[in-house]
Amino acid sequence: MLNGNFEPVIIGFTCNWCSYRAADMAGTARMKYAPNVRLIRLMCSGRLDPTFIFKAFAGGADAVLISGCHPGDCHYIEQNYKALRRFHLMKRVLTQMGMEPGRLKLLWASAAEGAIFASEINKFVEEVRQLGPLNWRVPGEAVSIPTQKTQVEVAA
Amino acid sequence: MTERIGVYVCHCGTNIAGVVNVAEVSEWAGNELARDGVVISRDYKFMCSSLGQELIQKDIQELGLTRVVVAACSPHLHEATFRTACKNANLNPYLCELVSIREQDSWVHTDKDAATQKAKAIISGGVARVAHHESLEPLRVPIHPATMVVGGGIAGIQAALEIADAGFHVYLVEREPSIGGHMAQFDKTFPTLDCSACILTPKMVQVGSHPNITLLTWSEVTKVDGYVGSFSVTVNKKARFVDTDTCTGCGICWEKCPKKVVDDVYEAGMNNRKAVYTPFPQAVPKYPVIDAPNCTFFIKGTCKACEKFCPTGAINFEQKDEEVTLQVGNIILATGYDLFDTRRMPQYGYGRLQNVYTSLEFERLSNAAGPTGGNIVLRDGKTVPQAVAIVHCVGSRDQNYNPYCSSICCMQSLKFAHLVHERTGAEVYNCYIDIRTPGKGYEEFYNRLLEEGTNFIRGKVAEISNVPRVPEEEGKLIVQVEDTLIAKQRRIPVDMVILSAGLEARHDARDVAKMFGISCSIDDWYIERHPKLDPVATMTDGIYIAGCAQGPKDIPASVAQGAAAAARVLGKIQQKEISLEPVRATVNQEQCSGCRICNDLCPFNAILFHEETMVSEVNHALCQGCGTCVAGCPAGAISGTGFSNDQILSQINGLLLLRITENEYA
Repeated sequence: MLNGNFEPVIIGFTCNWCSYRAADMAGTARMKYAPNVRLIRLMCSGRLDPTFIFKAFAGGADAVLISGCHPGDCHYIEQNYKALRRFHLMKRVLTQMGMEPGRLKLLWASAAEGAIFASEINKFVEEVRQLGPLNWRVPGEAVSIPTQKTQVEVAA
Repeated sequence: MTERIGVYVCHCGTNIAGVVNVAEVSEWAGNELARDGVVISRDYKFMCSSLGQELIQKDIQELGLTRVVVAACSPHLHEATFRTACKNANLNPYLCELVSIREQDSWVHTDKDAATQKAKAIISGGVARVAHHESLEPLRVPIHPATMVVGGGIAGIQAALEIADAGFHVYLVEREPSIGGHMAQFDKTFPTLDCSACILTPKMVQVGSHPNITLLTWSEVTKVDGYVGSFSVTVNKKARFVDTDTCTGCGICWEKCPKKVVDDVYEAGMNNRKAVYTPFPQAVPKYPVIDAPNCTFFIKGTCKACEKFCPTGAINFEQKDEEVTLQVGNIILATGYDLFDTRRMPQYGYGRLQNVYTSLEFERLSNAAGPTGGNIVLRDGKTVPQAVAIVHCVGSRDQNYNPYCSSICCMQSLKFAHLVHERTGAEVYNCYIDIRTPGKGYEEFYNRLLEEGTNFIRGKVAEISNVPRVPEEEGKLIVQVEDTLIAKQRRIPVDMVILSAGLEARHDARDVAKMFGISCSIDDWYIERHPKLDPVATMTDGIYIAGCAQGPKDIPASVAQGAAAAARVLGKIQQKEISLEPVRATVNQEQCSGCRICNDLCPFNAILFHEETMVSEVNHALCQGCGTCVAGCPAGAISGTGFSNDQILSQINGLLLLRITENEYA
């Protein structure tokens, strides 16, 4: 797999209660996934400051993963909904800046969903591999702005 | 760079070292990260061992380290260990950062070069982050000495009694009119065959009369606020329509009540009760409840027979639901299980074929206090069965229903086989997938059954039908099963079939878990903090679990868990105070513009707005440390300890120091 071709570096943000534990569970169960994602633990996905995403892209990340508890399962009642809103906002902003929207992903994973966490990471890494290295578009080139998806669509 | 950072890379035996080249990682960190302040980098076989910890402590003292990064397992496992090690060497524990190169690296990757590279990146992130750590002091909060136990089955009863006997107050909340749970429905318990009621009811009486136990039956928790040490729990006491102060439990009301209702709960639909009732004669408390949806008075507006005949005037049709709010320090959830609905497997004919029974129905049938007085007869109430089939693993170990083993059904089925044999002399056929008897005296019980002449057929039953093919099958239930030990299809004509249904999490387990802030597994069982080493605690401090709510288990295991949860709670109460993570948000009053955006972001109403000074302030007692306000403040005026912008932005930088492979762009 790692044969000297392009391998994306992905920064992942996880919350302390669900998604970080999903990563732990994937580890405990020895589920294998691509080594491209490097995780940062936050207490809640609601802590995700949009600055962090800019910082990651500016520092050389090819994609960013945001991961939190399922809607309704948040340890802090409803703060993952704030992360959801920021995700949509960031996706629009980054697209307007000329970035492919596929470089930002939101993943809900409960503490029991190690398998989902691992398989979604594999899927995401493959998608970003197809996109290639982060490559800002030429100014003036047309970009398509994604329409806002409903919460249900994202959760599914 | 003024900080002096030590990096410690753990081999974890071969758990990490088998995939990550730890020596290379350690050497790299010592050389390449020296510019970030790393003064020493070591690797060691087991960092968490006392020798590993001493290594760190010695360096802190001799090399004057001001920050420590340990690259080992998940912080959820050993963060506390290494923080304590630092503390013992007089370094503030919060100046230590544990980064995971096991769960997030060596255990999930196979490519050794990539894993080694990732370990370096993770450590680089940790080193960059730790430089921005601050010395913190844990928050001390007092522990309220009272405890709430939710669920009055055997696990909850045991937990409540242990705590109450130790001298602390317990609120025991039960949804049904009486405590006792499923155990109160059973006749005999395996493998000793002692009478369930004989060992349970004395404990129930003890709960009912204990000065340290407040019993809240016919009640449900509706709201939980607060955190470990000071939970505020709202309980809805449903209207009993019986005044418990004047009721003597004499039983005249349910004698006189003209309305018969099928008892789906306690009698598993096998018998009737009245509209005013206690589920069984030994119920605790002894006061009945009026089942309003079925009561003639509530339906038609006339009757009141119970009120007319009650000698103490205890019936009160005006009673309303009552909400009480209770202050407790810890909570034990022992909410039990639901039986698998056997109607979901139509091939077994339950509900369609008259003499197919569920395990709970058979428990009632064989119970001396049950509908037939313990006589094992068919649904016509008189015919004694000549042949009985018992089907194991109904709804368990089946990818179409529940993949797990319900753990108790084998022993329960053996018990049924024994009871049928003993009381009717019928031929008994146990159809099993595997016999699982891992318990004290369990295998011996199985051997006893073999000697008693029970027929064991290894095979999953395909179908139960009433369509005969030969004259001997006329009027019988036919069990179609492949006997895999002789590789033959068999059709066994029997009079009665007992479906040993599996256990499922309570239908509302997920809602309850959400209310108490704990997690559920895929199958809706509550998740324990650690499957082996911390089986009764949960990820939420102050919430413990016991009994079948955590997963299927038998009575001895439920009792053990109830007692274990009680011991954990007592330990907490004895500490009087508890340390909480000092992860809290703080508003810098100088920078706050008073926009009030943060006020609405906080789900705990922890942010107050001072009208006079026009700035917001975080109440640290209410703040839970999620950090949403920190991210939301447009002026950057809110800082979050432990997860500050500086810490996270530096960690991002550190993580991005290396690509995935060394020569990717070469």
